[in-house]
Amino acid sequence: MYVAVKGGERAIENAHAWLAEERRGDTSVAELSIAQIKEQLKLAVDRVMAEGSLYDPDLAALAIKQSRGDLIEAIFLIRAYRTTLPRFGATEPVGTSTMACDRRISATFKDLPGGQILGPTFDYTHRLLDFKLAADGDVPEAPTREVTQHEVPHVTEFLNREGLIEEAPRDDTPPPDLTREPLEMPADRALRLQALTRSDEGFTLGLAYSTQRGYARNHAFVGELRIGAVAVEMDIPELGFAVEIGEITVTECETVNQFKGSKTEPPQFTRGYGLVFGQSERKAISMALVDRALRWEELGEDNVGAPAQDTEFVLYHADNIQATGFLEHIKLPHYVDFQSELELVRKLRREAGADQVPEAAE
Amino acid sequence: MTDYNFAYLDEQTKRMIRRAILKGLAIPGYQVPFASREMPMPYGWGTGGVQVSAAVLTPQDKLKVIDQGADDTTNAVSIRTFFERTAGVETTTTTREATVIQTRHRIPEEPLTEDQILVYQVPIPEPLRFLEPRESETRKMHSLEEYGLMHVKLYEDISRHGHIATSYAYPVKVEGRYVMDPSPIPKFDNPKLGDMAAIQLFGAGREQRIYALPPYTQVVSLDFEDHPFEASKADQICGLCGATDSYLDEVIVDDAGGRLFCCSDTDYCASRRAAGHQGTVLPTSEALA
Repeated sequence: MYVAVKGGERAIENAHAWLAEERRGDTSVAELSIAQIKEQLKLAVDRVMAEGSLYDPDLAALAIKQSRGDLIEAIFLIRAYRTTLPRFGATEPVGTSTMACDRRISATFKDLPGGQILGPTFDYTHRLLDFKLAADGDVPEAPTREVTQHEVPHVTEFLNREGLIEEAPRDDTPPPDLTREPLEMPADRALRLQALTRSDEGFTLGLAYSTQRGYARNHAFVGELRIGAVAVEMDIPELGFAVEIGEITVTECETVNQFKGSKTEPPQFTRGYGLVFGQSERKAISMALVDRALRWEELGEDNVGAPAQDTEFVLYHADNIQATGFLEHIKLPHYVDFQSELELVRKLRREAGADQVPEAAE
Repeated sequence: MTDYNFAYLDEQTKRMIRRAILKGLAIPGYQVPFASREMPMPYGWGTGGVQVSAAVLTPQDKLKVIDQGADDTTNAVSIRTFFERTAGVETTTTTREATVIQTRHRIPEEPLTEDQILVYQVPIPEPLRFLEPRESETRKMHSLEEYGLMHVKLYEDISRHGHIATSYAYPVKVEGRYVMDPSPIPKFDNPKLGDMAAIQLFGAGREQRIYALPPYTQVVSLDFEDHPFEASKADQICGLCGATDSYLDEVIVDDAGGRLFCCSDTDYCASRRAAGHQGTVLPTSEALA
């Protein structure tokens, strides 16, 4: 007998209650604090801030807790919160050459002004499970040394002096705002970089990797990768000058790429650029590679039809909040549409004389 | 929820959306890009419709939300609750009483009036999308009124299947100009799109597009002279209310594959039963509750 599917409201409430209980888990185990997430799952916090486009470690940690560690869900919480915030204005461009670097490496020069600083990296750890961590988390203090150099010049500046790398002149055109204007093609580089810095890490990594394997290969050297704190300055109209309003940690990657030259340009290196909130170097490097691939047109290169060269393809599919929403919406009821397809398929089968129901099913 | 503005969105955003809506009404069927916001529900779950509803709602409005024609489907419940919390507007399940109706995949059976606005949730606003994936190309095709590709697709359907094999999201032409995606409503609903007394607004959040049909707009489902458009539904009557003219859901009721056909528009079905109409299947008391 048919029973109408009533009580959607009650089902939703109950689902939420169950979810809350599952999130907390076994109550005999101590609850996770926001401070613990912020301090000990810092790279997760950084990813949520980067892809959520909001620099707030406390809120990112809260979002991670609320989402049970599902980072895309956490990013979604941050995005939905961010969109309700008032817009006071824009800051001055951050000056990464005055960054207090925790890490700064160049793959193109053995040594260079400012030095190579490994910083807190997984790079040379042997990926062996550290079973001691399961028991106790005490760590000896890491050695420190005085900061000797405050201004760390960019590697590309050295190349620029010889004219070996394309110029990147200062451009004060106000950048478009992806979050306030609909994304429309063609997208200039400022807009592309804006989309890439908040794009899904996995998607960007995959695209960047594809360029390395020959889909629009642009052989990239990591000219420089730096991670550290930069000052954020904002011009206050009432004061008439810019004041420092805070400090954020960012990861910056500049790649030096090959370029054959063209009729108008002598052979020189070209640039790819990545800048991401927090310590997110996989993402920053990926971003720089994809940025470089997307520049084929302005550099007069051939479009070889690679996915990473296709601005429309990359930008329309890089946002994980859009992607996961649309992907997961197919869980919603579609029975009206399905019914119309059922009718059509039945009709087509009837006309094809294939509508005889097998005996066994009677 | 005092931290949020009436109907969640701030007034600046609503103004931006209203401008897009007005532009859409001025150019029926044209897709107006708008700076869609991240909503506290996932893209693909009605964020476009929700933003349009939020922009047109006033405190005096009475809101009805349906999904698949029903008021009690989970996502309809969720969106209705959202507006109850953020706008405090009165809600209803009665089509006639509502001033704003947000819908996914259906047009109510009962004819709407000039005092009503119907807001559609749209997943893919571009009718040409599955023929040409590039937005830059499809926008060009619309501006040049280059719709040959669509007719070729429909023709190929006929040559392959003997019929146009599109049963929902069936493309329409608006006022002889723009080809428009009516959102994934079954083609049964297509004839209701044209000459409708109510304002029809279409919101696609993820795709950042709004389009509209002002009242009494000419909307024609694409077809051929020798293969005219046909609005179809299951060749059955509603087992609950006996309606012969409503779009029907097919429900599997037992392990042997027994089926019941009943109105997808739950308000239409309930009001018919309240008026004494009866189908061949008596619903349980629980179903009527």
